[in-house]
Amino acid sequence: MREFDLAVIGGGPAGMAAAISAREAGIENIVIFERDTRLGGILNQCIHNGFGLHTFKEELTGPEYAERYAVRVEELGIPYELGTMVLDISKDKTVTIISPSRGVETVKAKAIVLAMGCRERPRGALGIPGFRPQGVYTAGTAQKLVNCEGVIPGKEVVILGSGDIGLIMARRMTLEGAKVRAVVELMPYSSGLKRNIVQCLDDYGIPLMLSHTVVDIKGKEKLEGVYVAAVDEKNNPVPGTEEYFPCDTLLLSCGLIPENELSRSAGVALSPLTNGPYVDESLETDIEGVFACGNVLHVHDLVDFVSEEAVRAGRNAAEYIKGKPANPGEPVEVIPCNGVRYTVPSRLYTQSVTEGVHIRFRVTGVYKGASIVVKCGDDELFRRKGRIFVPSEMLDVVIKPEKLTGVTGRITVEIEEGAK
Amino acid sequence: MIRELTCIGCPMGCELTVEVENGEAVSVSGNTCKIGENYARSEISAPTRVVTTTAISEQGRPVPVKTAGNVPKSKIFEVVEQIKNTHPKLPVALGDIIVPDAAGTGIDVKATMTVKE
Amino acid sequence: MYDVLIIGAGASGCAIARELSRYELSVCVVDRESDVCEGTSKANSAIVHAGFDCVPGTLKAKLNVRGSEMMPELSKQLDFAFLNNGALVLCFDEAQIGGLEELAERGRKNGVKGVKVISGDEARAMEPALTDEVAAALYAPTSGIVCPFELTIALAENAFENGAEFRLGCNVTDIRKTDSGFTVLTDKGELEAKAVVNAAGVYADKLHAMVSTQPLKITPRRGEYMLLDKDAGGLVEHTIFQQPTKMGKGILVSPTVHGNLLLGPTAEDIDDKENTATTRGGLSEVRAKAGLSVKGIPFGKAITGFTGLRAVGDTHDFIIGECPDAKGFVDVAGIESPGLTSAPAIGEYVRDIVVGILSPAEKSSFKSERKGITHMAALSVEEKNEMIKKDPAYGTIVCRCEGITEGEIREAIYRPLGATTLDGVKRRTRAGMGRCQAGFCSPKTMALIAEKLGIGIGEVKKNGVYGSEVSVDA
Repeated sequence: MREFDLAVIGGGPAGMAAAISAREAGIENIVIFERDTRLGGILNQCIHNGFGLHTFKEELTGPEYAERYAVRVEELGIPYELGTMVLDISKDKTVTIISPSRGVETVKAKAIVLAMGCRERPRGALGIPGFRPQGVYTAGTAQKLVNCEGVIPGKEVVILGSGDIGLIMARRMTLEGAKVRAVVELMPYSSGLKRNIVQCLDDYGIPLMLSHTVVDIKGKEKLEGVYVAAVDEKNNPVPGTEEYFPCDTLLLSCGLIPENELSRSAGVALSPLTNGPYVDESLETDIEGVFACGNVLHVHDLVDFVSEEAVRAGRNAAEYIKGKPANPGEPVEVIPCNGVRYTVPSRLYTQSVTEGVHIRFRVTGVYKGASIVVKCGDDELFRRKGRIFVPSEMLDVVIKPEKLTGVTGRITVEIEEGAK
Repeated sequence: MIRELTCIGCPMGCELTVEVENGEAVSVSGNTCKIGENYARSEISAPTRVVTTTAISEQGRPVPVKTAGNVPKSKIFEVVEQIKNTHPKLPVALGDIIVPDAAGTGIDVKATMTVKE
Repeated sequence: MYDVLIIGAGASGCAIARELSRYELSVCVVDRESDVCEGTSKANSAIVHAGFDCVPGTLKAKLNVRGSEMMPELSKQLDFAFLNNGALVLCFDEAQIGGLEELAERGRKNGVKGVKVISGDEARAMEPALTDEVAAALYAPTSGIVCPFELTIALAENAFENGAEFRLGCNVTDIRKTDSGFTVLTDKGELEAKAVVNAAGVYADKLHAMVSTQPLKITPRRGEYMLLDKDAGGLVEHTIFQQPTKMGKGILVSPTVHGNLLLGPTAEDIDDKENTATTRGGLSEVRAKAGLSVKGIPFGKAITGFTGLRAVGDTHDFIIGECPDAKGFVDVAGIESPGLTSAPAIGEYVRDIVVGILSPAEKSSFKSERKGITHMAALSVEEKNEMIKKDPAYGTIVCRCEGITEGEIREAIYRPLGATTLDGVKRRTRAGMGRCQAGFCSPKTMALIAEKLGIGIGEVKKNGVYGSEVSVDA
């Protein structure tokens, strides 16, 4: 049986960065398992620019960003196996893989970094009624067809959901000669980045219909059109507001779900708030030596933050492999409170903290002039005022290690509202 | 005249307030860095964008490309059209010029991915 | 000139074709869709009913019980998924327990084995997720579940292998009686046959009216369903029915043979034979009613919703037989529930009618066995490695949710009566049927189909609905 110090599951931005940082921390025997035919993951289909401003201080496209890491993987001589799908991970860190060249094989690893990314929420999960014709795609599937296969799914498009992939695809389809009739968003705010609303919708005169949804899909064989209606405060369609949009393509950009089927079968505890593993400040899951980073842990807004997180996961995995002693003491629970949907990590081993602790989270609504407050009981560990906090942005606060000295029990992360 | 803009310079999306006189920005506020000010000035006088799309290679596989710099917004479709009519031969390396001086903008269109076969 | 032309490539039509392919007969199956199993057969509860709720003495009762008896052996012969998981019919009102007793009695009269009425607590002991409101239940141990696509496709492939011809994407527009039989007019030209079997589902009345003046009316009864992720599949082990009413068997909660959880159907009589759209009201009714039977259904795990049309006849029984005023024209109409269960028995029953008309000789070469598509996930590690060694395509996972390999998809596309659409591949292999609903695997599957058909990836179709250009004439 092949044995590795570190097995990285997934060769996208998270997996590559984790492998690189583990190697740089001195781990030689690493393998990356990647199901696709090249490294890079979903970045390879994200041909638009906007990646890398934090990491490289320049604006790169997805493939360029991926290639920088892939080149580094090559330079460091980190082994990676393409066309390789992980079928199963067990608690004792044996990994079963399948590939055309090796068949089904079980390998053993001292540590594992989970970096499988996420998938898109499909139509069925959204419960949109109507027919099931050709022409309904998730935005990412359409993106792959257009950018990787050169296939343009249609000419008249409606996009449901204003997630970034949806916004990017609005522009992409427009550049390919399609007419994008509208981007329809259930919530009263967009779930995409503001810059994408400007440069993908406003630039091309594509209307963004907030607080609206698709209520019916017409066309039995091929999509003929959709009915769009306004929704009330409870997100229920308002009768009488239906408007018909003829279209041959409906793209869904309604959220991403961390892909944790392997984690679940390995017995990793998953958070219902993130759909990703519960981790501590070292990004270790509840199974010793199994770490998680990137979109499999929680859905990020920017790949730069994925890379940064993955570097930490890789480094911590390296520490573990090198025999770092077990975490001392009981963990401190991190509890999302007012206005905070989730936190990553969900627990901290305060006694082993030697550097600033990142707490990442998303807010539940739009907050203007509010403050992020991290507390332990009445003790404030952190406070930051912001002009505006929006759910589309992943927030990141760093708690200084000295603030955590002696902290036990639980700490809370909340939004203290300013004037609305 | 006052114009409100959202900076596209980075994902923060700063809300900019721009004082405009004679088609030029005379003052910019709301930005958190120099990018915002530069964006506002160019957006008012001569808006520009980086264009990303694919060029279909001779072999049929799409090659992702981008303009190596900003091009005038008004030229976007012209640039895209020219890329559409270009069919590079594989292999293509990241950074290869696919269309020189796209649509007379002086900006080259370059491959953003190494595509072998 | 064919001996027999079967109109409709659903479960009934394909079962009939298979039975007739035992004989020295030229048999042709026509269907307007570009694949088999595109109508009622693809969108139903996938239940092999035990047979306790059919009125004794009816054709439904007879064919249900016979079909249910045949299914275990047939599933082995034809290599399709079948599971005898048992069923519970729930009663929520002490006052209605008499109704369960009646059902049990009916079942005994119909020859269903092992049916008995149990208390609410006994039912909850068998199925801990049942709600506290369950007062009693009918237990039917012989009830089962089946994959309706696999069943229909297996019947079709076996019929094909035994010489039956399939003309798909071929829509019948009119039928004329002739001296020697029938001329069947289609959008792809005229076909001649000595005998015609009308197994056209919700359209059986329209075809019947082309040759007969006898009244026959089929009402499409719309049933909406929700399918939940495999995460939720283990919530119940048995098929959970509610006490039947005039409008059908109520909303069921059932595992599927592949481990998903199925909820539905609603029951609404409509006029439009094409209306397979789901509705907001229908889906919320499914949620509400399913929740009466089973606690804690994770509706958030829904991966898709769909609608089927049951072909309800006006006699409340299957209408199977030769038309009195059109000799040689055999109606197989009103095949509503338990149509899927009955399909193998309908095959035998109609075979006997046609054999009575044409008196053919039996073939000695009939092959009763059919090998299904390789299912890698079900193989041992050694078997998997053997497959991959022979063909590395079996080592490439295309559909990550269901773990389906390129080799399996290729088999589905290249075998006789192979898939020509994304839905065709999905129904044969389950690629695209998982939790991401084909988001990841579509582009690759499209490329594989395009390669076989010699078309562009962009021309590959999702479904084989009437009117599409893709056809697979044999």
